[in-house]
Amino acid sequence: MARTIAVNSREDHIKTEELQELYRLMLLIRRFEESVYQKFHENKIGGYLHRYDGQEALVAGVVPQLRLPGDYILCTYRDHAHALACGTSPRAVMAELMGRATGCAGGKGGSMHLIDPDRGFLGGDGIVGGPVPVALGVGFAIKYRGGNDVCVVYFGDGAMNQGGVHESMNMIGLYKLPVLFILENNQYAMGTAVSRSTGQPDFVMKAAAHGIKGEKVNGMDLFEVRSATRRALKHIRDKGESYFLEMSCYRFVGHGIGDDNTKAWTTYRSEQEVEEWKKKDPLLKFQAYLEEKGILDPAKIAKIEEQIHEEVMDAIQFAESSPEPPLDSLYDHVYS
Amino acid sequence: MPKMRYQQAVRLAMTEEMERDPNVFVCGEEVGQYQGTYRVTEGMLDKFGAKRVVDTPISEIGIAGLATGAAMAGLRPVAEFMTWSFALEAMDQLVNHAAKITYMSGGRIKCPVVFRGPAGVGTQLSAQHSQSMESWYAHAPGFKVVMPYSPQDAKGLLKTAIRDDSPVIFMEHAGLYGIQDEVSDDPDFCVPFGQAIVRREGKDCSLISYSRGVQMCLKAAETLSKDGIECEVIDLRTLVPLDMDTVVKSVNKTHRAVVAQEEWKNVSIGSEIAARIYEQAFDAMDAPIERVAGADVPMPYAKNLERAAIPTDTDVVAAVKRTLA
Repeated sequence: MARTIAVNSREDHIKTEELQELYRLMLLIRRFEESVYQKFHENKIGGYLHRYDGQEALVAGVVPQLRLPGDYILCTYRDHAHALACGTSPRAVMAELMGRATGCAGGKGGSMHLIDPDRGFLGGDGIVGGPVPVALGVGFAIKYRGGNDVCVVYFGDGAMNQGGVHESMNMIGLYKLPVLFILENNQYAMGTAVSRSTGQPDFVMKAAAHGIKGEKVNGMDLFEVRSATRRALKHIRDKGESYFLEMSCYRFVGHGIGDDNTKAWTTYRSEQEVEEWKKKDPLLKFQAYLEEKGILDPAKIAKIEEQIHEEVMDAIQFAESSPEPPLDSLYDHVYS
Repeated sequence: MPKMRYQQAVRLAMTEEMERDPNVFVCGEEVGQYQGTYRVTEGMLDKFGAKRVVDTPISEIGIAGLATGAAMAGLRPVAEFMTWSFALEAMDQLVNHAAKITYMSGGRIKCPVVFRGPAGVGTQLSAQHSQSMESWYAHAPGFKVVMPYSPQDAKGLLKTAIRDDSPVIFMEHAGLYGIQDEVSDDPDFCVPFGQAIVRREGKDCSLISYSRGVQMCLKAAETLSKDGIECEVIDLRTLVPLDMDTVVKSVNKTHRAVVAQEEWKNVSIGSEIAARIYEQAFDAMDAPIERVAGADVPMPYAKNLERAAIPTDTDVVAAVKRTLA
């Protein structure tokens, strides 16, 4: 029997089952990400590798609110969480990271280019700011066809200094396209703090300069992300125009695995700062809330942990036992 | 068949395809209300409305992203660059996005987009507006690259481009817009990619070119014919895919080749054609392959310097004579 939690309005009457699902999703993302560095060090994963630890609320508060397929999602190279949230199986994601034929892009994309068009996920993007011009086109296509679908585009604080992002925001504002901007402001563009990269750190104002309404959201709080997203989606679906959410958040790990391997991150942020942000861990905060409400208890948490552990282990086992792409597929898919 | 100008043939191709397929639309700078910088889209806004003839700001990254994203989401955009020189602004969206998304997705995403507009050199437009950069796009796997010479091909190849499921770079030549010739008015008439055409038959030397280069080759062939030298003129029509069969067949007959182009010589289409002839028909060649190309300089403004930088039929004649010496 579904139970409705309505402790205060910001929770928007979320059913217990949904709360548990959101917790499972956030935990899956965290445990999945924790597993990938080891596989990199085992030479099972190559290339760059960007983890989402600490930013989980930004997908858990948004993606389950979408109608997939129908709506679309585009994001950055920090994209494992987005794929998982869209419903791409951990097996297909891990297999892609390991460059296997069973990966969601057949092993041709890798970590930065996860994709699952059947679920509306049009992919991660290796270029800072790159997905925003594409989102302009996807939003255009939605409006062209009619209906009230939405294109969600994730991008970072660093992308706000890319020219193409502003060209596209201007055109999205001009044409009134159904695009939801999710600015993942994790405070650092690789190693460059927001304060060191822009003379105007008010990103919501920058969106307003392009005729796009927006607001700043505490991205470390699932409920705040979720309710802001619901407001934004309603605005977009009702009015057919875009909306901008600046999500303040923090990545608990380095920019990419190289950053963590060399501890280069200590050049731009202190261990103390990282520890301070970890006290706001969106996963642990949500977990504490669920415990407080009696929805979870240590035994239930342990059981979910075990299930997730098995899911991640299964994904790894699946990927490791999957074949590499056949060599004769090298020239496949250059053209459609 | 009715006679029409090259630019009208381009317009007719877009118009017919927009009538055939509601997913086809046109976007770009000044394509609507202004009626097209070169009048290529003249009348199309009135005919199709602002939903399908979309005026954009001067934002090439935005235009390229709009077209790429719309194609990824199932539409068939025809995006105009006011000139190909301005597309340099949009290189990341073009090369890193449009050209690669199908491959990066393991074939799960199609990107049926056409990027078109005028290219070519001349008329004292100087360094930033007078250049030909087809090899840049031919170099990037994922693009098909089309450079029509005749009005008939402009129409037939553009229709094929719009129907193609891969991104197509379609470079018209501003210097050809005014030429008039017979053009099919059959809405099903398409010219397939990867099929060069022999514009003039000959036995002594093969002249291989495309776009306006074909014009100078035909003129050179005419001149040489008066001296009893018969050149075969091949119009490649598409640079990717490249029809080497027609080229190889020709050089097997003539044993000599001149590759002619307006673009810079260094690391160019001509370099590629010459290399492939050596790979595929080395034993057939009786003389080194000659290349006629633009001077490797930013295009100068002064009339005399510009003239010296742009290849002409006289250069082709001289090159042919060198192969016969």
